[in-house]
Amino acid sequence: MSGMRIIKAHRGIGSIVRGQALVADDGFSARYDLDRVRGVFSRPQHALYGQSYVDRVLVLDIAKGGVATAWMLRDMRAGGKAPAALLLNYANPVMAQGAAFAELTLMDRFETDITGALVTGEEVEVDPMKGEVRMLAASSD
Amino acid sequence: MQLTDDEKRMHEGARGEPRRLAIEQQIAVGRFFDAVDFVPVTQAHLMADGEAVGEAGVAVLEKIAAAPPADRQVLIPTVTDPRGVDVAACARLRQPDFAEGRERRIVDALEAIGCLMTNTCINYQTVAPPVLGEHLAFGDTGSSIYANSVCGARTNFEGGVAALWAALTGRVPRYGMHLAEHRRGTDLFHIDHVPATPADWGALGGVIGRRMGSYWQVPVLAGIEATPGPTALKFFGAALASYGSTPMFHMVGVTPEAPSLAAVFDGDEGSAHEISAADIDAFYEGFVADDDHVDIVVLSAPQLNLYELQEVAAAIDGKELCAGTSMMVTTPPEVARAAERMGLTARIEASGAQVLEGVCFYQMYAREMGEANGWRQIVTSSAKLANILGGYGYQPRLASLEQCVDAAVTGRLAARQAS
Repeated sequence: MSGMRIIKAHRGIGSIVRGQALVADDGFSARYDLDRVRGVFSRPQHALYGQSYVDRVLVLDIAKGGVATAWMLRDMRAGGKAPAALLLNYANPVMAQGAAFAELTLMDRFETDITGALVTGEEVEVDPMKGEVRMLAASSD
Repeated sequence: MQLTDDEKRMHEGARGEPRRLAIEQQIAVGRFFDAVDFVPVTQAHLMADGEAVGEAGVAVLEKIAAAPPADRQVLIPTVTDPRGVDVAACARLRQPDFAEGRERRIVDALEAIGCLMTNTCINYQTVAPPVLGEHLAFGDTGSSIYANSVCGARTNFEGGVAALWAALTGRVPRYGMHLAEHRRGTDLFHIDHVPATPADWGALGGVIGRRMGSYWQVPVLAGIEATPGPTALKFFGAALASYGSTPMFHMVGVTPEAPSLAAVFDGDEGSAHEISAADIDAFYEGFVADDDHVDIVVLSAPQLNLYELQEVAAAIDGKELCAGTSMMVTTPPEVARAAERMGLTARIEASGAQVLEGVCFYQMYAREMGEANGWRQIVTSSAKLANILGGYGYQPRLASLEQCVDAAVTGRLAARQAS
């Protein structure tokens, strides 16, 4: 574990998960941005347009949009179309409420801009109770 | 979090499983935002359209509804956001086959829990306007920002199921907009071009919302010399909340917590961001479609109040929709009854437009409905709706009410004159 890069944050919601990061300097709303049937970003203006977010550690700037995400995250998890975790510079209440309801791992308020600290494809471990994101290794994908 | 004796009883399950689950969920959110305790709330506004709730959410609602009455009844008046289905129009609108059945299950569950099925996002205009200092659990961004800003009430976004938790416990974690320190202004905007139409007010909300960096920023508008009416503030707030995830704004000399700049800023307010007519024009021009053809015109998001329906009726009197172009207007059920009684609905529908009650377009399985009807190029007076529908496969464009009616009648959206 020596030399592993760790980014600290506020204590989050959910359990420890590992996954491959999908990173963009853009916002997040399940209603506004996603095709939740296909599991891809569907808003043409979104930086991740067309990309699959399923089972990825989704790393974005801030929560955007309306309140529907609080319901939708649970249905996305039940249908196998959810990210593994959601990391935001700033969440809003809707994201926290939705994460708690869906038992989805959520963290925010990092010591640095999380969208600049991680890169897409990087393998990370998210530990919300400790408030840590640990970089494991870059994926070859 | 510090819990009262009653809250401890709920947490231990002594007041039934639904309230135990509710307060457990609320504690998780409260800890996330460092809430010290709970604050009682007087009313809740629950968003639970079928598309958002999904089958997983319906299962939770039905489980709560099956609990003993003493365990499942809401503790405070709880009203509902627009539904996803107007049963009278479901087949005509080609909504998904499962939509009506899921809708029935959700409504049955919410009624068993004790919700008042008002089915409106403008409850603050049509049901019970909040008052200064009142703590609420509002679960629609438009109603939340209006309650916080225009009414001076206090609510966070209680998204979907969170408003149900608040209804079952009668309280919410005390953080964010419930605390005076988070209601202070953070960013000053000087408006040198006061919007002319509700659509323009929505555009202004979108312009400022895009500049908001998080839920915790509270924009302050200066330079609005004439008090806007409730419709203008409704459009402005809905768009600001939609584009910025912003729960509150101050308008100096207009909103109750902003009698002056000094009243809303702690110390120096910093330099103002200037908002000009060019910013509004650029916002409109940011919506691009393949051509000027219009598949559907939608007046919704927020639902229309009685004054707006009167304006629509006046604008469309004696006109007919262009073949191949649809037009839809949504309004709360109580306003629909009034509009029928006053002859407004008949005047609007004589054109071929549809007045739908208790629904809102983007909550009606908009993706599936658009694909089934061939609707792609949509014109609306709502910047909020235009913001949402881009992700649903539409090409939205923003226009004034008069332009919307003209587009419905001609099937084309005329070029907009610059501000």
